[in-house]
Amino acid sequence: MLELALEVGQTAKPEAVMFWILGPLAVVASLAMLLVKKAVHSAILMAFVMIILAVFYIAQDAAFLGIVQIVVYTGAVMMLFLFILMLVGVDSSDSLTETIRGLRPIAITAAVGFGGLMVSLLGQATIGRQSVGLAQANVQALAQLLFSTYVWPFEVVSALLITAALGAMVLAHHQRTIIRPTQRQLSIDRFRGESLGTAAGLPSPGVYARHNAVDVPALLPDGTPAAGSVNATLSARGDMLDYKKFDLSEVNTKVEEEK
Amino acid sequence: MDASNYLYVSALLFTIGAVGVVVRRNAIVVFMCIELMLNAANLSFVTFSRINGDLNGQVMAFFTMVVAACEVVVGLAIIVTIYRSRRSASVDDASLLKR
Repeated sequence: MLELALEVGQTAKPEAVMFWILGPLAVVASLAMLLVKKAVHSAILMAFVMIILAVFYIAQDAAFLGIVQIVVYTGAVMMLFLFILMLVGVDSSDSLTETIRGLRPIAITAAVGFGGLMVSLLGQATIGRQSVGLAQANVQALAQLLFSTYVWPFEVVSALLITAALGAMVLAHHQRTIIRPTQRQLSIDRFRGESLGTAAGLPSPGVYARHNAVDVPALLPDGTPAAGSVNATLSARGDMLDYKKFDLSEVNTKVEEEK
Repeated sequence: MDASNYLYVSALLFTIGAVGVVVRRNAIVVFMCIELMLNAANLSFVTFSRINGDLNGQVMAFFTMVVAACEVVVGLAIIVTIYRSRRSASVDDASLLKR
């Protein structure tokens, strides 16, 4: 009995160290996920939490699930999230201001209540219970279970996967409602349009002595910024710089004498 | 170490995910919070499987992962479709049915 206890103590110690380092990290990272403003940062924190969960799985004799967690979640799902963020995230309009009044205090109160209830219930259900534990190498046993008892759900899940892939293709497919203009048509529009203002192409962005970049609008002869000179994506994202920042009157033209 | 500590972490992660679903307005972040809740449920499946010495919990966690992957694929496709027609990924903007 004593030997068994010693053995358990010895195997449990590194796991406890691992848990008390990674567990709080997971909770802090997921809290930060709620609080950071940019969706990309949320995605990175989410990937971090998922890797910690994979470590937890492997520590709990679920090696197969741990590997699947890394491959499927951090590998596929999070990359899909980042990919969609690249497509959609151009407008960084996600403000942290609450749109429904009083939603945040209500949500936090409900969460504290729910979390407290869950923790106390879990404590009551598991306190004083010795965990039975699993065999170290259980991948084969898992496969046996999956392909005997659970073979029907397994097949159904494969049908679900195919359906989801088809659904995503149908949803993401985009039928053109207008015919794409050919180069010939574009050229005709440019020269036979209402004005010849843009016949030679749109104005290029501003080039200044102090700043040479695509994010500063060019100036027209009367000193106003030219509207079409900066890429529409840049101006929509709010990355367009103010031309006044590079106004010549603000440049210090005095030459300091050096001795 | 008591294996039920994992259950407490799982409960906390689930609660945080639920708050995120309610509080955040960006549809993609809301989706990530749903993923966090699913992951928390998976962690408690795995932990209960260890506590009871029964592999059925791990099989359930495996199925949850597959269903979560399907859900992400379809959900993100819906978000892209909504973004394409409304130029916004905020969950507050898709309220046409209300009017």
